[in-house]
Amino acid sequence: MSIPVLKFDAVIVGAGGAGLRSAIQLSEAGLKTAVLSKVFPTRSHTVAAQGGVAASLGNSEEDHWHWHMYDTVKGSDWLGDQDAIEFMVRKANECVVELEHYGMPFDRTDDGKIYQRPFGGHMSNFGEKPVRRSCAAADRTGHAMLHAMYQRNVKANTQFFVEWMALDLIRDADGHVVGVTAMEMETGQVVIFHTRATIFATGGAGRIFYSSTNAFINTGDGLGMAARAGIPLEDMEFWQFHPTGVAGAGVLITEGVRGEGGILRNANKERFMERYAPNAKDLASRDVVSRAMTTEINEGRGCGVNKDYVLLDITHLDPNTIMKRLPGIREIGLQFAGVDCIKEPLPVVPTCHYQMGGIPTHYSGRVVVSENGDHNTVVPGFYAAGECACASVHGANRLGTNSLLDLLVFGKSAGDSAVEDLKTGQAHRDLPKDAAEKSLARISAIDNRKGGANVHETRLAMQRTMQNHAGVFRFGDLLKSGVEKILEVEKAARALEIKDKSMAWNTARTEALEMENLIEVAKATMLSAEARKESRGAHVRDDAPDTPEFPNGRNDAEWLKHTLFNPVDNSITYKPVTMQPLTVEPIALKTRSY
Amino acid sequence: MERADYERLRWRCIRRALLELDIALTRFLDNGFAKLSDEQQQVFVEMADMEDHDLWYLISGQTECEDPRYLPILVAIRES
Repeated sequence: MSIPVLKFDAVIVGAGGAGLRSAIQLSEAGLKTAVLSKVFPTRSHTVAAQGGVAASLGNSEEDHWHWHMYDTVKGSDWLGDQDAIEFMVRKANECVVELEHYGMPFDRTDDGKIYQRPFGGHMSNFGEKPVRRSCAAADRTGHAMLHAMYQRNVKANTQFFVEWMALDLIRDADGHVVGVTAMEMETGQVVIFHTRATIFATGGAGRIFYSSTNAFINTGDGLGMAARAGIPLEDMEFWQFHPTGVAGAGVLITEGVRGEGGILRNANKERFMERYAPNAKDLASRDVVSRAMTTEINEGRGCGVNKDYVLLDITHLDPNTIMKRLPGIREIGLQFAGVDCIKEPLPVVPTCHYQMGGIPTHYSGRVVVSENGDHNTVVPGFYAAGECACASVHGANRLGTNSLLDLLVFGKSAGDSAVEDLKTGQAHRDLPKDAAEKSLARISAIDNRKGGANVHETRLAMQRTMQNHAGVFRFGDLLKSGVEKILEVEKAARALEIKDKSMAWNTARTEALEMENLIEVAKATMLSAEARKESRGAHVRDDAPDTPEFPNGRNDAEWLKHTLFNPVDNSITYKPVTMQPLTVEPIALKTRSY
Repeated sequence: MERADYERLRWRCIRRALLELDIALTRFLDNGFAKLSDEQQQVFVEMADMEDHDLWYLISGQTECEDPRYLPILVAIRES
């Protein structure tokens, strides 16, 4: 079959923050650049980011990149690479100011500077006291950011392929990445994008969990494609959870609800946080609250028919206070839980929010693998940035507002690296003869299979397995059985069947292709989590408790290392954490406490 | 509505930037959309093109709806 070939200098997969930022660098350098996106760019999930973007501008009070670096390393529970972290925090001011020049409507101080607000974990003078570091545009920071960058790309003649789904990475016999295959949803046509540089900016894969704050679009397409191309995934056991998502829906209930007096209760109506955190109670830190909720559910004190959630009670608050101070909460309860929170408590569960691991990259944005003891062996022609990538700056847990910073800094860095690598001007490398074969075979199998697995049921089985076996609080025996279960689900995910065979706008086919990506991420997460026998950051195991020998359950002697999950044979290897920053002394290991 | 037009609309409803809209609009397409008149369906196509925050604030009643054509559709979305 003859497949159309479109030739570009660079293709970027994903048009969220990282993709748009990369594209600006490439297009403004005069390179012919294509951006593929499943949705219109300003409908990418970056829109949902509200908290702001961290930069030590010092507009409101004294701040310094070195303090930001300290907070990020500490937040990462020392699993973040300190060279990448120094690179990111030192680039922060430049990237935020550039964005301002692109037209981003940041909130302002009275004297016209970018207004900065406080955020959890942002401290001055190496953890001494809170500092105002987050730059925001009201509650629409991500949204405003995307608009500014999209317009800049239009000006720079970036070519957008909207409602296209990338299918597979194309690598030649030498391992060089020479493009991607993609499907136009409107026609079902598969096309080869033949390129000299390929940048993945596909976002996270939070939909692997049953309860997730992520929009449906976050199906880990970049990670799935990388895995199918034999590239290991790094630190996939680390996922940030938020304590209060609406049970069954995942929609986030802001911490402000507990701040206003909301109380968590179990099936016996008991205010259980009094037992876990006698002083802070319901206002204890996210991880403490999440773990307490999970323990209540696991010990049979959950609510509902399946005893699988707890209750967030605000019925004792004045309805006027709820309407005035917590706008939108009542509607969220009505829409997503069928509950009027003025009269009844809301069902909530710890909910997946952000993926710390991903495609391994150097801080230059180049994708790297381990070869012959060199852990920074570049995969030529391949770059990644944003939530799909692991630079690694978030390590075992991400500092708030560093996600938008990550996509700005590493989006730009990946774009710059591609521009630099393409300067030599070499021609496109030849496409392998079977460049599209793998993608066509996958689509054909999904279209023609009889008696295969149902996509919706398979996705649900994966999500429940991940939630129950690798949730916010992890147990050795559950992880072990979770590995067996997810490998069973994988068999179904590799044998999907769809009823709709039409070419145009076949959403069933698209969802089946997304499912093949999700399962790669789910498997990597479960197996990596089972293998890491310590607690660190967001990976907290019941069998690695807080002891004098291992504070917080963290075991640096054995586990201060990055996980590399090899999707080809499900094996796991490790690589060292880079403790040496670029110009300053390393932030020395110590117990992470706030 | 033609199949291709409906499926395009469906994709644009089930892959939003905000999870709130993914869920609310999926339910609406499954339970409420077919009950609208042809004219109302076209109005919904127009609404589906709105920015995510704007549409969600309308659905959740956090902003006032100024277009009377949207009102019955907002009710149908909330009731789906």
